[in-house]
Amino acid sequence: MQGRKIFKGKVLGEALVTGEDISFYGGCDPETGEIVEKGHHLEGKSVAGKILVFPTGKGSTVGSYVLYALKKAERAPLAIINRTTDPVVAVGCIISEIPAVDQIEIDKIKTGQKVEVDADNGVVSIIEQ
Amino acid sequence: MGLKLTQEEKEMLDGKQGRATRKAMEIITTLGEIYGAQRLIPVSSVQIAGVSYHNLGEAGLEYLAEMAEDGRARVLTTLNPAGMDLSEWKKHGISEDFAINQQRVVDAFEKMGVITTCTCTPYLIGNLPHFGEHIAWAESSAVCFSNSVIGALTNREGGPSALASALTGRTAEYGLHLQENRIAEVKYEIKTELSETDDFGLLGQVIGERTGKTIPYITGIKHATTEELKSFSASVATYGGVAIFHMEGITPNRTTIPEKTEIVTREDLNKARDALDDEDAEIDFISVGCPHASIKEIAAVAELLDGKKVTDGKTVWITTAKPTKDLAIKMGFYDKIEKAGAFLVADACCAVAPLEGRFTGLMTDSAKACFYARGKNKFKTEIRTVDDCIKEAVS
Repeated sequence: MQGRKIFKGKVLGEALVTGEDISFYGGCDPETGEIVEKGHHLEGKSVAGKILVFPTGKGSTVGSYVLYALKKAERAPLAIINRTTDPVVAVGCIISEIPAVDQIEIDKIKTGQKVEVDADNGVVSIIEQ
Repeated sequence: MGLKLTQEEKEMLDGKQGRATRKAMEIITTLGEIYGAQRLIPVSSVQIAGVSYHNLGEAGLEYLAEMAEDGRARVLTTLNPAGMDLSEWKKHGISEDFAINQQRVVDAFEKMGVITTCTCTPYLIGNLPHFGEHIAWAESSAVCFSNSVIGALTNREGGPSALASALTGRTAEYGLHLQENRIAEVKYEIKTELSETDDFGLLGQVIGERTGKTIPYITGIKHATTEELKSFSASVATYGGVAIFHMEGITPNRTTIPEKTEIVTREDLNKARDALDDEDAEIDFISVGCPHASIKEIAAVAELLDGKKVTDGKTVWITTAKPTKDLAIKMGFYDKIEKAGAFLVADACCAVAPLEGRFTGLMTDSAKACFYARGKNKFKTEIRTVDDCIKEAVS
């Protein structure tokens, strides 16, 4: 799938997919990487080391620093794939150097699939079903 | 990619002007690409949010320290409120640990050449752009005030993107930097007379909740002070996503007048007031100065408190910028306020200071302060005029 580079990098990992937007500030524990927003589809799941796939970000601009905190705690997602990346997540990926791609049809990716993100070229490939 | 860079901008992006500048340029060009900007434009003024250690945390501080290694502000840059008064924090009950960490944040900014007066009203203390000037401001209330009341042009920046503009002197040209995105979309006819900052805050709440991000054109306001407009700006940005409004006869931007019309009555304002007034609120905290109080507001509060005594069990914070506090000291307002047992707090405010658990009920003239008191600090709230707030304090 061809999308658009948000931040560079090339990684291979396991997808964690949600159809719900994510607010990193208040919605994700900066020390553990666990989604803590009440009632969120991913509540209780950890984003650490995953190819995190979600439509777009929401919420406070402090969210960018939460991604940075996750990176420092080694609990950051391996990469981020969005339908449309919002400024909070985009800035978070840049300052934390997390590969990110948007303009991807995220419905085609399923949780647990092995996915390659080649952010330099804006390409996302499903390697294993 | 449609974004074209000048030679100097390319050098910044390639790292020829240092690591922090490169990171800053990556942020600005990426945002520019996401929003379809054709070019970058110079900015003459920056306001940075994300200063309170309470919100920033250790990771945020680490990022700032990293940027401060070789990053330097290229244009006039000021800071949002910190979590404490940087000089008198001890007597306001702030812990030593917090104070040390807060000072580290401020030091990182200072190293970057940022003017470290910490206020949400930079336009009152010397960071005052003029009509038509392109700027990069964070702090939603100041963004709304500068776009609308001053007529400068800025998007609603976040902490890191505002810092990126400070370190490069650039922003991407999209959104509210383009005239076509500043045109009013819905007309709001105000059918009631407004007075005082609390009324204007409630109006901001009513319009903000109805309009979301749609740009309002407001009619029927005969008169508004700078203080009332800063209260309105803060509230309409908090309860909606409003970054610019037009107020007939008061704000300077040109716009067409939208056909779609909404009516706002006194009943609407009363409903908004009811929503912010918790019936069972036990008021032990009174705060005026969200956004930061002007010298005029401080003078009025000093007069009201002169010779009075704040009731035992109640704490009063009048929050303002440090230069305004210094002026209040010179004018004797500080003594009147502090002799009454209230505090004139510089650099901080009741929304960003670490206050959770210290109080149960806040009375304030600010609709924005109510929002954060409820959401972040779990306080009950009541919104009143400044006069009534001070009466409550000494009753």
